Parts: sequence; structure tokens; C-alpha cells
Amino acid sequence: MIFADEPEPGQPLPILPGHSSPGRLERVLRAGAFAVTAELAPPDSADAKEVYARARIFDGHVDAINATDGSGANCHMSSVAVCALLTRVGYSPVMQISCRDRNRIAIQGDILGAAAMGVCSLLCLTGDGVESGDHPEAKPVFDLDSLSLLELARTLRDEGRFQSGRKLASPPRMFLGAAENPFAPPYEWRARRLAKKVAAGAQFIQTQYCFDLPRLKAFMAEVEELGLLDKVFILVGVGPLPSARTAEWLRSHVPGVHIPDEVVRRLASAPDAKREGRRLCVELIQAIRALKGVAGVHVMAYRQEEAVAEVIAASGVLQGRVPWYPSRDRQTQPQKAAS
Amino acid sequence: MYALRLWSTRHARGLETVYRLFEGLLAASAPLLRAIGLRRLERPTAAVEKLVKGLLFDCRMCGQCVLSSTGMTCPMNCPKELRNGPCGGVRADGACEIEPAMRCVWVEAWDGSRRMRAGAAAFAALSAPLDRRLKGSSTWLGRVRERGGAPS
Repeated sequence: MIFADEPEPGQPLPILPGHSSPGRLERVLRAGAFAVTAELAPPDSADAKEVYARARIFDGHVDAINATDGSGANCHMSSVAVCALLTRVGYSPVMQISCRDRNRIAIQGDILGAAAMGVCSLLCLTGDGVESGDHPEAKPVFDLDSLSLLELARTLRDEGRFQSGRKLASPPRMFLGAAENPFAPPYEWRARRLAKKVAAGAQFIQTQYCFDLPRLKAFMAEVEELGLLDKVFILVGVGPLPSARTAEWLRSHVPGVHIPDEVVRRLASAPDAKREGRRLCVELIQAIRALKGVAGVHVMAYRQEEAVAEVIAASGVLQGRVPWYPSRDRQTQPQKAAS
Repeated sequence: MYALRLWSTRHARGLETVYRLFEGLLAASAPLLRAIGLRRLERPTAAVEKLVKGLLFDCRMCGQCVLSSTGMTCPMNCPKELRNGPCGGVRADGACEIEPAMRCVWVEAWDGSRRMRAGAAAFAALSAPLDRRLKGSSTWLGRVRERGGAPS
């Protein structure tokens, strides 16, 4: 998908009528394409090159890159900084913002700053508790929760004011997202919670890892019943599992990850677990693609980011489409100018 | 006390009735309370409120009580102090991701609300972020102060 109004890398796209951001992700989703996003693990480093190296792995396979905000309550480079680096060269990041580490004053400042640096998509999260990370002695902030954060971001954008009421000279033009976990109890509540997030301002949703297709189907049916399918773009979380042991570790140590026993058994009995994990991921992506109301997938491949390209290519969900990356149009642009 | 807190959720419907009665009583006595002076009443009332609600709900005295719209389960017992429903980390058995020995307060709230007349509909309303200045103050007197508003 090549936009006719593609700007110089690092410059914003024009905001189309009915769109809320100048972002690529919103463009792709509203154009009706099946979108692919992937999670970038921020480096434990102060070197910008590391960020670019980690982003380059996804070139040509993803529409947006999620920059995590101290995920799992572990300390890494901040999401706002990762996003600022990515937008400089034209990537379209999804900035994750969690309520764990900052109060409403810091968060509103970060949202304005991020928008000023070209960040167009925001994922509003509650965040993992400090107890699960590498600094369990830290003070958990949680001044807001994901819902009140969403509403705050929407107020900044749509009403052009801080929560205090003070006016902004220029509001942040952002596409607002939230997470949902259809695989955690209370199951009867998850679709309603999604409705609440949509009401609070969520325009897209990225879900927790999906390894349980029947549960996802039940969830999507409820979402449809609540009349939400045309109100929100749902990207389902997927990821390749490298081994049965990792699967066991993930489901017992990472909050909210649900992996059914048969998935663990399948990996344990495979001669090459890594390959089997990727095959399973491709199968899941294809099955998810077929579900009504699913707008894309969000690939989380922690410590095996190189698998994203392989899995996306094998799944065929891009249907020949090549998402933007810094050198994609280098060959086509001079031709466009010459013609 | 955890056991008593669970009891309160199990008896959410009865407590809802008590709350409604108390709400009426509070509304009726508002002129009297005002005549005595709300500032003068603040400390003793907050102390009583802390004792009663602390015993029944493990109340944390946030000063902005939402018990009657959260299935008579105090959301301030959530380690993340979430006021708009459960996070995505709830364990398969319904336990909290951070304190595995405790059931998720929102799973409890869900159960409690289904026993109540107001039902689960109350969850649809977005709960505003807390005003941290009100911590430790009496919600009851707060309602009298902002009256006409009814206590929740």
C-alpha cells in the first residue's frame, strides 16, 4: 500500500477527513487492510543504534511498531524516547503508556511531547504491578487506570484541554488504543469491558496473546452482539512459542497469559519445537484472519523478533502488500518525480 | 478483615438495602448535620466510617466511596487501585496477579453486583480518577456537603 500523499520520512501524513491522526496505522486500518503490528523490545542501553537495529528486523512486514513502556515492570529505555527515535526516520510507532510509573501530570506532558515528536498512535495501559519486575521495591503509582487514561487522552485531543480544564494551544492528534485480555476471568465481563474502553475513547484494541481460538471466538461473538465491530479495530495478539518450557514459563510467570495444555503438549512432542511453534503461530494467524471483525494481528515475539517476518510471510495475511519502511520508496520515488 | 470482606460481597443485596436506608437517613438529617457544622463533625464521622467500613469492606478511606456500584467490594483493595474493572492479569482461578492468595476484587465485585438490584449495569459508567486530596475524609459527610447529590 503506497499512499499518494506519502511525505518525506519523518514528516506527518496529511490527516484525512474522518481520521483523528496523521498516522500510518490509522490509514491502513481505515483503508480496510488487514494490519500487522509488532512489539519492539526496548534496549537496556542509551544507544539509538540499538533501537534502529531492533526496528529494522520488522522492515516490510509490519504497519506499526509498539514501543513498550517498562513491560513486565522491568526497566528499559522509555517508550517515549524509543518512539521519538523511530518517528525521526519515518516509522510509525504505537507508544505504549502505562499508569504504573507516572501520575496524571507526567502522563499528559508525555502525550503532548510524543505528539510533537510525530507519535500518532497511543496504547493506553494499566501496566503490570511492580512486584513482577526487576524493581519490586519501587513505588507503584497507578494515579489513573487504563480507562481514565483513555478518557484523559481523548479530552486532550478532542476538547483541547488538560484534565484541569486549562486550554491547549494545539491538541495532540492521536489514534487511541487500549488492550484487552479475552483470556482472563471474569470472561463474561471482557466484552463489556471492551465496550467501556470504546466509550472512553479506544479506537483500536490490541489483545493479549491468543492461543485459545474457541475463547477468542466466544469473545468476538459477544463483541459483535454489543454492536462494537464497526466502532473499534481489533488486533489480536499472537506470538511464536520457541519451546514447551518457554510456554510453561510464560503461562506461570507472565500475568494474563493463558496457554492451553494441548498447545504445550504439541510443542513438547514435536521433534523441532521452535519450528512447530512458528507453524502453530502461522495457523493461528490464518484462523484469526478468518474471524469476522478482526482487523489485524499484533505479533509479540520476545527474544525471537526475527521470527516475525517469517511468520507473517508464511501466513500470507499481507496479500502482497509491503508496509512502509525507511528505504521502501527509495527506488520508486525518483521515478515518481521524473514521471 | 478478609473473611468479613468476602461475607459482605456474598451479602451484597442485604447491604444494598441497608445502604439505601442509611442514604435516606443521611438525606433527612442533612439540615441537622449542617447546623452542627460539617467541619466539626468531620473527624468523629471519619473515625466511625473508617471503623465500620474498615471492618466490613477493608475500606481504605479514599473519601470517594463507590461500594454500591462495585458489588459492595472496595476497589481500593486492588493493588493497582483500579476503579474501572479488572486488569488483564487476573489468574485463571480468579486470583489477583499480584497477591495470589487474594481473589481479584473485581471478580468479587462481579459476583456481588449480580446479587444486587442495581446489577452489573453500574459497571458501565466510567469512574473518574480519584481526587487524592480527599483521602482519609468521610464520604458520608462529603455527600451531605455536595447535596442535593445522593450518597452512592
